[in-house]
Amino acid sequence: MTALHTNLHPDPAWRGRLIACALAVAVLWPMLVVSEFKPWILFDWQSLTATGRFLADFLAPAHSAEFLLMLLEQTWQTVAIASAGLALALVGAVPATLLVNEQLSISALGTGRMRPVARLVRQSVRWALVLLRSVPELVWALLFVRIIGLGPTAGVLAIALTYCGMLGKVYAEILESSDAHASDTLLANGSGRLAALLYGALPEAASELMSYTVYRWECAIRGSVVMGFVGAGGLGQRMDESMKMLAGSEVASMLLVFVALVALADQFSKVLRRRLG
Amino acid sequence: MLTYQLRNLTVRHLTASRAPALQAINLTIEQGEQLALIGPSGAGKTTLLATLACSHQPAEGGFEAFGVAPWSLGEAARHRLRAQLFLAPQTPPLPPRQRVVTAVLAARLPQWSLWRALVSLFKPADPEAAWQALSRFNLGDKLYSRVDRLSGGERQRCGLARLLLSPAKALLVDEPLSALDPALSELTLTTLRDEAKARNATLVCSLHQVELALSHFPRIVALRDGRIEFDLPCEQVTPQMIAALYAGEQPAASVPHDDDAMAVKLGIGACL
Repeated sequence: MTALHTNLHPDPAWRGRLIACALAVAVLWPMLVVSEFKPWILFDWQSLTATGRFLADFLAPAHSAEFLLMLLEQTWQTVAIASAGLALALVGAVPATLLVNEQLSISALGTGRMRPVARLVRQSVRWALVLLRSVPELVWALLFVRIIGLGPTAGVLAIALTYCGMLGKVYAEILESSDAHASDTLLANGSGRLAALLYGALPEAASELMSYTVYRWECAIRGSVVMGFVGAGGLGQRMDESMKMLAGSEVASMLLVFVALVALADQFSKVLRRRLG
Repeated sequence: MLTYQLRNLTVRHLTASRAPALQAINLTIEQGEQLALIGPSGAGKTTLLATLACSHQPAEGGFEAFGVAPWSLGEAARHRLRAQLFLAPQTPPLPPRQRVVTAVLAARLPQWSLWRALVSLFKPADPEAAWQALSRFNLGDKLYSRVDRLSGGERQRCGLARLLLSPAKALLVDEPLSALDPALSELTLTTLRDEAKARNATLVCSLHQVELALSHFPRIVALRDGRIEFDLPCEQVTPQMIAALYAGEQPAASVPHDDDAMAVKLGIGACL
């Protein structure tokens, strides 16, 4: 009965759907072949036992005194790489923010448009920031490892360059999206740009700026670990070695340290936000 | 000495429509004069104040402040001139997380070096002066409170206390009474007028309370639809003139305006 019913009223979309499915399979299948997607290898007996052994090691994180001492030292180095990188990034990002920010333009006051020179400077700084952050930190790290050799310096410089681009852009946007009434009035009453920033724009945006900076510090810690894999020092470099030796217990201890560091950053940000209210 | 001279001035909104906000404005204001701007909402009072504060460039006509034409000056010179003018906008421009003392002392930023401004963020440079300014508006006890702990009326008076600390020679105040009760309104207008008189500063104040304008200010300038309706000493202003000025205000909401109502609103917001 129902079959008869559907035959009487054929769905006009049905044929199109069938063709779309067939096309999708025809396009996707060669892609799977080209990308050598063979998930069943995962369930091969040999790889299952290797994975099992590696994962079983995770259950008992390494905790020998010697290893813990090394871990502490490397953790310290990672935190140092992230903090030094972020501090260097701020040295570039804060002036760039001031240059890019359109809210604090004195020439736009009353006319609605900026001087051509001011617009040119703003645009070129904007492009410089785009350039800095469009190259991933990993690529910078690889580059610096080639130039100055293995070690934390490459990591610090890589973080500084990429994060300078990110911080400069996002700081400028946070400032521009916050309420401009206070800084506009200060400018209209004859204050300088920096004074209007300090007394008008910053109090409006302080807690957003602070929490973004702490979040970026957290990202810098993760980033420095990834860069460690290409020889830029810190915990990442040790983790790379432990991974290659399939020492699951050591990897587990290191991952626990990361969780602790991120939790720490989170708590710090919370305290700061509460203080700034 | 003249504070302002406006000759046949046209001011347009900074929006794409470039609709005129003020037209054919002729106004001469002597140094030390005190005048009230009245007129229905959207008449152009705020735009006129912004123009007088050199924060809105007129489109046509002559505009001189303290004997110079600001918009023919270089940018730096014009910005120095702005330090001689003080504009207090209708909504107090106070960041919510700032302390009152910092917000009030910000009046002195044009005179301060950047270093002085930085140090004053850490340790307020002249809390006594801020306290005196605040206590003239009955706000002395709020000196070290945060702005977001103040009520609307307290914020408005805090914005005006900033005006008392500014050494400007022309004080432009936009609706200073919009959040105040009658007693505080009296106090506020008296304080503003006394201050202007004491330092021979020009005071231009836009008001919605016509009776207060007539009882406090010797000169009344009435705006309607971007034009000056009348500019008279307060004794010559008759109730009929006031009625004509605000005529059609109550039911006017249904009467369509010449230009787009939205553009007018945007323009007024844009000039501050």
